[in-house]
Amino acid sequence: MNILLATIRRDLLQHVRRPADIVNPLVFFLIVISLFPLGIGPSAGTFNEIAAGVIWVAVLLATLLSIDVMFKSDYEDGALEQMVLSKQPLILVVLGKLIAQWLVSGLLMTLMSPLFALMFFVSSDGILAIAMALLLGTPTMVLLGSIGAALTLGLKNGGVLIAILVLPLYIPVLILGTAMVDAAVGGSSYTGHMLWLGALLLVTIGLAPIATQASIRISLSQ
Amino acid sequence: MVLNTQMNKTMLETQQLTCERNHRFLFQDLSISLNKGEVLQVDGANGAGKSTLLKILAGLYEDFEGEVMWQVEDYPLYIGHKVGVKDAMSARENLMWLADLQATEVSQGDIDSALAKVSLAGYEDVLCGEMSEGQRKRVNLARLFLLHNPVWILDEPFSAIDKEGVACITDRIKEHLSDAGTVILTSHQTVEFPNIQSLTLS
Repeated sequence: MNILLATIRRDLLQHVRRPADIVNPLVFFLIVISLFPLGIGPSAGTFNEIAAGVIWVAVLLATLLSIDVMFKSDYEDGALEQMVLSKQPLILVVLGKLIAQWLVSGLLMTLMSPLFALMFFVSSDGILAIAMALLLGTPTMVLLGSIGAALTLGLKNGGVLIAILVLPLYIPVLILGTAMVDAAVGGSSYTGHMLWLGALLLVTIGLAPIATQASIRISLSQ
Repeated sequence: MVLNTQMNKTMLETQQLTCERNHRFLFQDLSISLNKGEVLQVDGANGAGKSTLLKILAGLYEDFEGEVMWQVEDYPLYIGHKVGVKDAMSARENLMWLADLQATEVSQGDIDSALAKVSLAGYEDVLCGEMSEGQRKRVNLARLFLLHNPVWILDEPFSAIDKEGVACITDRIKEHLSDAGTVILTSHQTVEFPNIQSLTLS
C-alpha cells in the first residue's frame, strides 16, 4: 500500500512542478463551455436544455486530452521500465497513477462544474445532479482512457487512436450522466441513474487497471 | 547453507534463445549459463541485438522463443539506455522513489552517501532536469550503491560517464561480484573483471 501512496505523491509533485500537461485540458474545458453561451445567444430556456450535454461533452473531450499524456513521459524517459521491473505489484503503481490523474483532471472539473451550471441557469437540483454525476462519471472515464493510453504508447501519434478506441466505451457514461441531470431538472428521481453510474464505476475499477497494466507490458515489449 | 549455495551456483540459464526482429534473426539458439559471482559481457556491432538480449534477460521484452531461467524470482536491477529519472524531481526524490519500487527501505542518509559515491554530493536537492546528461546518468547509477538486487543488468553503463566515474563503477561491480552477485553488461569500453564470460553477437 505504501507504494500506492508514494506513486500518488510522486505524480502530484510532477503535476505541480510541470503544470502544462494538466492546465491545458482544463483551459480547453473552460473555453469550450464559456464559448457556447456566446454562440447560442442569451435565452435562458435553451441554456437550461443544453447545459448538461455541453458540460458533459466538454468534460469528456478534456479527459481524452489529458489521458493522452498520462504514461507518455514515463515511457519516454524510461521510468515505466523501472515500474515494470519493480518488486512492487505493477497494478498498485498503475492505480496510484490513475488516482493522481483523476485528482488533477476529473476532480478539478467536477469542482468547477457547479459554477458553469450556474452560468447556464440550471436549477439548484440540477447543479447537485451535475456534480454528483461527474463525481461518479469522471473516474470511470479516466480508468477507461488509461487502457487506450497504455495501448498506444509505442505510437508516435496515438492521440486520435485513443479517441477511436475509447469513445465508444464513454457513450454509456455520457448518456447516463446527461439523463441524470435532465431527470433532476425535470423534478423526477435520479437515484436509478446514479446507481447505474456507480455500478459502471465499480466494474471499471475492478477491470481497467488489470487491462492497463497488461497493455503497458505489451507496449514496452515492442 | 554453504553447501546449498554451492549446489545452486547457477544463476541464469537460457535454452535455445531465438529472437527475430524486422524479418532478421538477431540471434538463434543462444544458450547461456552464468554462475553467481560471474560477469557476462555482451559484445557486438551496433544493431547486433545487445540491448534486445539484455531486455529479454531482464524480463522487459517478451517477443522471443526459447527459455530464460533465473535462480531468483525478483526482477534484476536494470539500467538501460533510457535514464529513468524524472526531470521534475530532485536527485534525492528520484532515488527515494526508485528505492520504493524495489521495496527497499532507505534513509535520507543512505541516499546522500550513494550520491556522494557517484560524485554528486551537493546535488541532492537539484532537479534532475537542470543536470547534465552525465549527471542524470550518475543519479541512475547511484542505485548500484543503494539497492540490494543480486542480479544487475547494465546496458552501456559507462556511456556519458567520465574516467573517474568509470573506475568507481568498475570497483563497485567487482565488489558486487565478490558478494556472489551476478552482472550482465554491454560496453564499448574494455574493462577487466575476474570471472568474465564474453558473448559476441554477430
